[in-house]
Amino acid sequence: MKKITIVAILILCIVPFSVRAAESGMPLERALVDITDNASLQRGAESFVNFCLTCHGASYMRYNRHRDIGYTNEEILEKMVHTGQKVGDLMLSAMRRKEGEEWFGVAPPDLSVIARSRGADWLYTYLKAFYRDDTTGTGWNNLVFDRAAMPHVLYQLQGEQKLEVNGDQRSLILDKPGQMTAVEFDKFVGDLVNYMVYLGEPHAGVRKELGIKVILFLLGMLALSYFLKKEYWRDIH
Amino acid sequence: MSNIFNSMIEWIDKRFPLTSNWKAHLSEYYAPKNFNFWYFFGSLALLVLVNQLITGIFLTMNYKPDASQAFASVEYIMRDVDYGWLIRYMHSTGASMFFVVVYLHMFRGMLYGSYRKPRELLWLIGMCIFFVLMSLAFTGYILPWGQMSYWGAQVIVSMFGAIPVIGETLQQWLLGDFTLSDAALNRFFAYHVVTLPLVLLVLVFVHILALHETGSNNPDGIEIKENKNPSTGIPVDGIPFHPYYTVKDIVGVVVFLIVFCGIIFFAPEMGGYFLEYNNFIPANTLQTPDHIAPVWYFTPYYSMLRAVTVNFLGIDAKLWGVILMAGSVVIFCFLPWLDRSPVKSVRYKGPYFKIALTLFVISFFVLGWLGTKSPTPLYTLLAQIFTVIYFAFFVLMPWYSKIDKTKPEPKRLQE
Repeated sequence: MKKITIVAILILCIVPFSVRAAESGMPLERALVDITDNASLQRGAESFVNFCLTCHGASYMRYNRHRDIGYTNEEILEKMVHTGQKVGDLMLSAMRRKEGEEWFGVAPPDLSVIARSRGADWLYTYLKAFYRDDTTGTGWNNLVFDRAAMPHVLYQLQGEQKLEVNGDQRSLILDKPGQMTAVEFDKFVGDLVNYMVYLGEPHAGVRKELGIKVILFLLGMLALSYFLKKEYWRDIH
Repeated sequence: MSNIFNSMIEWIDKRFPLTSNWKAHLSEYYAPKNFNFWYFFGSLALLVLVNQLITGIFLTMNYKPDASQAFASVEYIMRDVDYGWLIRYMHSTGASMFFVVVYLHMFRGMLYGSYRKPRELLWLIGMCIFFVLMSLAFTGYILPWGQMSYWGAQVIVSMFGAIPVIGETLQQWLLGDFTLSDAALNRFFAYHVVTLPLVLLVLVFVHILALHETGSNNPDGIEIKENKNPSTGIPVDGIPFHPYYTVKDIVGVVVFLIVFCGIIFFAPEMGGYFLEYNNFIPANTLQTPDHIAPVWYFTPYYSMLRAVTVNFLGIDAKLWGVILMAGSVVIFCFLPWLDRSPVKSVRYKGPYFKIALTLFVISFFVLGWLGTKSPTPLYTLLAQIFTVIYFAFFVLMPWYSKIDKTKPEPKRLQE
């Protein structure tokens, strides 16, 4: 009977591993995520506001939540709020839903929890995988998300890539260089994705910190309850 | 001091059966002394129930059952409500852990024959609890109004539509609309927070009453009440539930909480099994996801729903799927009468039962795994094979349990 118990516990331990599917089949690059790195989150937040928030909203998130990543309210107003909103407001897009539908065919999705549905690696690879394609409406296409409605917003930074097809192999090469080197651009996108992971669950840091305390407390309780049980059961065995 | 206390108890006892109930259900309720690991899950189920009720109340204070606001209100809880994220994760993790605990609790019953005479009714009440729990999980999963909430519910609701003659009317009556919409969300919210919890509480109460009438089974599957001390009338192998099992269950509770909190604080999505990634996309009624998968605890049944691919015996494949799916759960109710073995516990049962039970557990896990995958011809074939094994465990039980070579049961509990 002990054996069944052990096997059952083992099975329960093995079960949970990621079930996220990569739709394009293209291997994803690994994003380096560290939501305790405030400097990276701040750089990412500024890029997010400048490049993403024009079309996308992050409408479940309030600006003043960013005190979590080391800003004061004044700094938030100065560095993040460019739309005349108040510091306690939700991060709404400058663009209206209807306009988005007219311009891109679909309204740009809200990005509040995008890192939770897509995953950091997908976002990181996606943002780096745009290439010139004259057959699409925007003039851009993407290796990870074929015929994405979104144009390459960051092309001035990254430069322009083109697709090279070599048998089954599809790869991107830099055609016209941008303002950043490849290393700089990787870091830029890395910070941006790191910020979006934070944006997906702003309390994740607090959660893990509190978790350690709770587990330590429970381990103490375990010792106490174990000895209590042993003491009571002495007269049974 | 103790005098005041005693006279207070006396005062109450004259007006309410406090002491007699305390004795009957705790301090003088005699439980077999050899409960093992598998006997923790009953009390743990009660713990998770309380967790769901309490966290559920706090979620209700901030959740909005409105198709245009539901998704945002969940994110509001996650971000702006003080410790809302904790309450929400406790509730979402609690839902999955409820099934973990209940599945292990049911498996315990199958191992030691706890469903056998005189506990048939106890088992049936337990099955009712399981049905209500499944309904609660289903109605609750709709509430965040994400893509999987919406399309998962669409699959379940369309099952009602497969029922001949009354199907479509029934479906519309359930939804309050022709499609899954705001009206249905409001109804499911009402079921989830009022109707079903009330029914569940009553059933759990009745389950415990029935248990305390027959007394608990044990890993040896023998009745301790048949061997009482002639002078005291107390079973020789029984010990009072309180304090012995209360202090023992506390250890189980703490171990459980370590696992539970480990998930809440370090892996609340559990790799996409407890909170599906696609459910972080708001419901879009115009865009069917490529791959619809229910939460893990429903995947074995989902596999069986998809397993039938051809019409036969004049019945549509889809309806067969629904029949199999419903049958796979309902068939547990017949266990007390399917098992013809002269002994209750797996300890004294023969090789046939042990092989059958092992195959059943394997098929449950394989079907569960298949239910998370997009169907391919190979996966569908596997689902069909394991569906047959799953049902064979029950349908063939009257034969294999009867001809099995059993060992003699002991007279007293084994240490």
